[in-house]
Amino acid sequence: MTFSVNLGRERLLRAYRQMKLIREFEERLHVEIATGEIPGFTHLYAGQEAIAVGVCEQLSESDYIVSTHRGHGHCIAKGCDVGGMMKEIYGRKDGLCHGKGGSMHIADMTKGMLGANAIVGGGPPIAVGAAIACKLRGNRFVSVAFGGDGSANQGTVFEAMNMAVVLRVPAIFVLENNGYSEHTGAAYAVGSGDLAGRARGFGMPAERVDGADFHAVYDAMGRAMARAKNGEGPSTIEATITRYYGHFEGDPQNYRAKDEVAKLRVTMDCLKRFRARAEADRSVPLADLDSIDLEAAAIIDAAVRGAKAAAPPVESDLYSDVYIQY
Amino acid sequence: MPQITMRDALNQALHQEMAHDERVIVLGEDVSGGAGGTSGTREASGGIFGVTKGLLPRFGEGRVLDTPISESAIVGAAAGAALAGLRPVAEIMFADFVGVCMDQIYNQIAKFRYMFGGKSTCPVVIRMAMGAGMNMGPQHSQAIYSLLTAVPGLKVVIPSNAYDAKGLLIQAIRDDDPVIFFEHKALYPRKGEVPEHDYTVPFGEANLVREGEHVTVVALARMVPFAERAIDALAKEGITCDLIDPRTTSPLDEDTIIESVEGTGRLVIVDESPPRCGMASDIAAIVAQQAFHSLKRPIIQVTPPHTPVPFAPALERLYVPGPPRIEAAIRQAMKDE
Repeated sequence: MTFSVNLGRERLLRAYRQMKLIREFEERLHVEIATGEIPGFTHLYAGQEAIAVGVCEQLSESDYIVSTHRGHGHCIAKGCDVGGMMKEIYGRKDGLCHGKGGSMHIADMTKGMLGANAIVGGGPPIAVGAAIACKLRGNRFVSVAFGGDGSANQGTVFEAMNMAVVLRVPAIFVLENNGYSEHTGAAYAVGSGDLAGRARGFGMPAERVDGADFHAVYDAMGRAMARAKNGEGPSTIEATITRYYGHFEGDPQNYRAKDEVAKLRVTMDCLKRFRARAEADRSVPLADLDSIDLEAAAIIDAAVRGAKAAAPPVESDLYSDVYIQY
Repeated sequence: MPQITMRDALNQALHQEMAHDERVIVLGEDVSGGAGGTSGTREASGGIFGVTKGLLPRFGEGRVLDTPISESAIVGAAAGAALAGLRPVAEIMFADFVGVCMDQIYNQIAKFRYMFGGKSTCPVVIRMAMGAGMNMGPQHSQAIYSLLTAVPGLKVVIPSNAYDAKGLLIQAIRDDDPVIFFEHKALYPRKGEVPEHDYTVPFGEANLVREGEHVTVVALARMVPFAERAIDALAKEGITCDLIDPRTTSPLDEDTIIESVEGTGRLVIVDESPPRCGMASDIAAIVAQQAFHSLKRPIIQVTPPHTPVPFAPALERLYVPGPPRIEAAIRQAMKDE
């Protein structure tokens, strides 16, 4: 496996580009949602980018991920087209799911992205199934289940973890502990507060990492990948992090201290952290990061303009794809 | 009489029943919210739709329980608390999440009394928000009442207005059987006249919302106000309808529907649940069995198509039956061969 010390300039720049693209995507959605033009229920990933990217930079297109209701970051990190994603979120016919899924259900099988999921705890059992397929085929690919601290209280997640251990499949559970299960703090809702410890209880290695540190996530994922590829079975990574926005857009966040997010945007920002490290170890030129910032903004702007101009689905789309044949 | 929203009517019912009976407890995700948060505000949410607002400050943490996101444990715990003598009102945030806790609902709660030989009572109420119309996509928009109406041992309540919502919820809490209580998300802001005092609306008694002579229309939840609009528009042309809101699908007030069809000979059923094995087909079968010879025209079912609920507004609008489709169905029922 590759670890972050071995990442060359191109790979590091790519990782930064992915994180920045997610940040721009989400910050722009926050602005666009306020205009009322985006339908439904949207959960933003801003703040958590280093986790999706740290994990997915270790993966190939043939590895699988299963995501959550807060899935935009995972989709982008796994290589989903941002233009198609934006159209999906706007409910357009040319969206990645033809406008039928929306923000909470973006998927792209060609990228190994088996779907965002609007049911908390719905994903991990599915990820175990994909891991069974990897093991059966002997192809050394892995399957990743993303989830949050909230999902760590669902029985489905425990069942999936135990089964992955019993079947010794290449599954990796990534628990993004952002401190809140919807409007309730993890400090209250997670008994023991130790998500990694829970996973360990099922008999798999589990570690807790700083979710704002791309390098730390990438390296923890490298260790989990090495075990998975060597046939040593599943692992869990608990990444501690925060979310910059509410549970969903429109959430007044009365459960958070007024200045909490402002403070965390200073101390817990994966992009600033990445920059500071680049400045210290000169691994990448800061000017390159500046141009990526501009490039990401332009890509997202084009995606939004494309989505606004795109056509909605038509009546026949309502009836298609319920079955393959009926 | 004060005009209040269905949301506030439900909230009133919970406040009054918790004050009236100390065995009543409320549990669910974010029913208060704020626990473990950093703002120091304990009631940060009051329920994602505001239905449980004010309960925690008034009745305390012993009786208003914020739970982790654990639907099986929420419903199972409500079941156990009910077997042990409490009267729990559990909240499943979105009816779709019943998928996570189906075992507790249909293998456990629904069967206790029967399989224990009548020796147990499980007076649990499970509230859940349901329905399409807010672009929440396939896993947050379903109307699954047909699914649970099919389970013997459960009572199923689906209010269409604020007055019924309050009276039915109080009845549900006082009822000794398990009750599934569906709240249509799009109806929460719908206002109606609601008395301040507590009252009950009995189960199994339909509400005759409109009286007419030509067509019987049966509708539930959000389909009731939609049917009212269609019927009121047609009344100007001299076409009048009975509009029946069953209010509970289990028990179902079959008599009111049969009597009306015996008078009109024409039946339109408007149902937001999927068309196969749904409420509309169930009611159609009952009428076909009991009032076949009264029917002058085939029964017409107005339902969504046999598809999941789509996300895109352009598609969801086509999915949900609205007043124009109901009006067209009534006109079709009026056509003579």
